[in-house]
Amino acid sequence: MKVRYFAWMKRTVGVAEEEIALPADVRTVGELVEWLRTRSGGHAEALAAGAAFGTAVDQRTTTFDAPLAGAKEVAFFPPFTGG
Amino acid sequence: MTVRVQEADFDIGAELDRLTGGNRRIGGLAVFVGLVREMHMRDGLHRERIEALTLEHYPGMTEKALEDIEAEARRRWTLEATLIVHRHGRLEAGDRIVLVAVGSPHRDAAFEACEFLVDWLKTKAPFWKLEETPVGEKWVEAHEGDDAAAARWASKP
Repeated sequence: MKVRYFAWMKRTVGVAEEEIALPADVRTVGELVEWLRTRSGGHAEALAAGAAFGTAVDQRTTTFDAPLAGAKEVAFFPPFTGG
Repeated sequence: MTVRVQEADFDIGAELDRLTGGNRRIGGLAVFVGLVREMHMRDGLHRERIEALTLEHYPGMTEKALEDIEAEARRRWTLEATLIVHRHGRLEAGDRIVLVAVGSPHRDAAFEACEFLVDWLKTKAPFWKLEETPVGEKWVEAHEGDDAAAARWASKP
């Protein structure tokens, strides 16, 4: 599964995207966040509990309780500031 | 019915001509053009100008999000034509960022739907602004006012 980061989260994590092998016990976006935090200091900082960020599964905005079954791509990003 | 995300500038006149061309049911065309405004930041005692920014987006998701927003507008109002063109990349103060145009038989629907599209795209389309300040690059933070503007449409028709 591909994990992507945008805006300041990309710089804090240190990569724009990474390919991961999803552990069997990681079933939701929220569980993925907890697992990713253990990968590096950058991950832990970008995905910290108090940080304001959103998520998308397969390029649709969703919530942290969304299931990951069948997902190809999960993204994390700060609040949008376009327009 | 058209959504485009592009680095290049757009020609407003040509875009509107193409949008309305041949459709005689359109009685009103509402248009919003967003520009990069010159910003100021405080750096100690000095006020420094911010004259450029870079717009990052999420290719693929951006187009889907804009299409969803456009579809929602067409569900809520009777619209004959809709257009969203959003730029990305480096932009300087005065540059055009976004064009939203809505054609409808009547002006009320055109005005309302245009405002709705702008409010929703600011909070639901994956764009991020990185400002070039005199002391380095700075990510723009989301405004609570934008969330409130988007939320007021939640209970509309």
